[in-house]
Amino acid sequence: MTEIDDLRRLFDDAPCGYAVLAGPEGPVRHANAELARLVGRPVGELVGTATLASLLTVGGRILLETHLLPMLEHDGVVREVALDLLRPDGGRVPVLLNASTSAGDPAVRVVLFEVRDRHRYEQDLLVATRAAEQARSAATALAQTLQQTLIPPAPPEIPHLTIAAAYRPAGDGTMVGGDFYDVFQVAADAWCVVLGDVSGKGASAAAVTSFVRYTTRALALDHPDPSDLLRRLDRALRAHGTDHYCTVVVAFLARHGEAWEVRLALAGHPPALLRDAATGLVHELGVFGSPIGLLETTGFTTVTHLLRDETLTLYTDGVTEARGEDGLFGESRLERLIAGGPHDPRAITDAITEEVLRYQRGVAADDIAVVTLAARSSDVSGPPAARGS
Amino acid sequence: MSRARMLNVSVRGPADAPVVVLVHGFGCGQHMWRHLAPAFEVDHRVVLLDLPGSGEADPASYDTVRHGRLEGYRDDLAALLDELALGPVTLVGHSVSAMISVLVQVARPDLVERLVLVTPSARYLDDGEYVGGFAADDIDDLLGLMSRNHLGWQDPLATLVAGDPSSDTHGELEASFCRTRPDVAAEFAAVTFRGDNRADLPRVTAPTLVVQAAQDSVAPLTAGAFVRDSIPGAVLEVIDTRGHCPHLTAPAETAEVVRRFLVPAPR
Repeated sequence: MTEIDDLRRLFDDAPCGYAVLAGPEGPVRHANAELARLVGRPVGELVGTATLASLLTVGGRILLETHLLPMLEHDGVVREVALDLLRPDGGRVPVLLNASTSAGDPAVRVVLFEVRDRHRYEQDLLVATRAAEQARSAATALAQTLQQTLIPPAPPEIPHLTIAAAYRPAGDGTMVGGDFYDVFQVAADAWCVVLGDVSGKGASAAAVTSFVRYTTRALALDHPDPSDLLRRLDRALRAHGTDHYCTVVVAFLARHGEAWEVRLALAGHPPALLRDAATGLVHELGVFGSPIGLLETTGFTTVTHLLRDETLTLYTDGVTEARGEDGLFGESRLERLIAGGPHDPRAITDAITEEVLRYQRGVAADDIAVVTLAARSSDVSGPPAARGS
Repeated sequence: MSRARMLNVSVRGPADAPVVVLVHGFGCGQHMWRHLAPAFEVDHRVVLLDLPGSGEADPASYDTVRHGRLEGYRDDLAALLDELALGPVTLVGHSVSAMISVLVQVARPDLVERLVLVTPSARYLDDGEYVGGFAADDIDDLLGLMSRNHLGWQDPLATLVAGDPSSDTHGELEASFCRTRPDVAAEFAAVTFRGDNRADLPRVTAPTLVVQAAQDSVAPLTAGAFVRDSIPGAVLEVIDTRGHCPHLTAPAETAEVVRRFLVPAPR
């Protein structure tokens, strides 16, 4: 056999469809046996007449015109393009196409591999991926719906009191967080503010959050002393039989003319922070108490404070335990932030959530819940607003 | 970020010259004009851009809902022209962007003094006596192919999940000319090929040139003739070339017919 025969066989007997086109839009100049088999037409019928477009489905022709030929013209090569060949009998053959050109030569070399098995596998993967995506978006929707039952969209409008709340769930919002807050009326000119953090995440934590929130609401009507309320809440949660426990701060607010009397108790929760409007000095309010639902013996202490020209900030440990380059965000950083802010609950609440998020480079490792309130002397301020996501 | 930066706008040519804005169609980005643009840069101010979701446009510029209708692209383009404040321009739109350009001219005639529609089609699907060239099944076929082909696109999130931040492929991706995010490309294909802008054509008020390729399997001659006949006073030039992109396959001839249409400059 001569050398030229060898070279011919390289082309003719190649185990892939192989065609040389006169140009990107031009007719087939050479075609090999495998190509003829793939397209279901003899070589003689292809050469001189068939263009690449004429071998493809209509969708493939559009892809060829709008993407592949411009890419080929720009890069001199396209690789791994999935297309369907259209046979004269209407049958389709899924193939992968590579094509290339050489500088100064209009000819285009095209090779085609049949990928029936790959294609089936790919279709299976595609179906599985879509199912997974649907499941994920359903889970996200469920988490968000559940979250909205745990977090009020906005605190109620309370005469003579400005109140600003913010809630940021951890991560990407696909998990229900354990933080919650609630603001509700218990008597004329008397309100209850609750903010807490249930251990753990997900549906079981959300169920406990719901239990704690509504039990607190029910207890608050008949138990105006927060320590008393927390004792009963603790018993109720332990009787509930769950591994989740929670930390809570409960504050009863009763109006006294221009001021509000605050009666506050802590359950395993960081103290609230008071900021004096005139001096900017920040003080802690609250005496440490046992977490709810964790211990056999508990102790809670009610403290009383008359809120005049001050703001009162309640927060969860997602704030102070946020981790950044300088370690934990910490109490002192939080106190400095509040001290440096204005006498404005909205501004303080927003500054805390923004700063804590920034400290973690925008990704909250834990939920963040913040509620700030202040007495409002002349009742002319705008409506309250909650911010969250 | 300015709209111009979002859409990767480049402006070339003498400052006070008449302005030509080149808008690429469904497929690749502004590089599609690279053989044609130089012919105008000597005596025109040439503006190039990547449409939202295409080319090197900022991914944030694309919105699934807003760009689910050509009007979304229209509003972006009009806002860009407002921002650039170059005065009334000649808008040159290829393929689907020919229809986007029509919509811009109709909505904001103050921004567009001339239209050049390169291989336009006001409707790709056949409809009664109207020949668009395609059946609904063909478009489904195309959307299926769009989702099977990533054409250099790799989802950065997927790469992250796979735990391969070193990724040698990054350089290749940067270099890929027609990089297409499959979901965005499929949405753009759907809005392109399922649209019907026939009713918009008679409302065009600017002088209009229609440029067709003699053999175009995407926008057949019937589609170009329909556009010419529907736009008052429009003229049609047929370039003797094959394919949907005469500015790539016959840039000199395409530049020639466009220049003839632009001279004398109307200002």
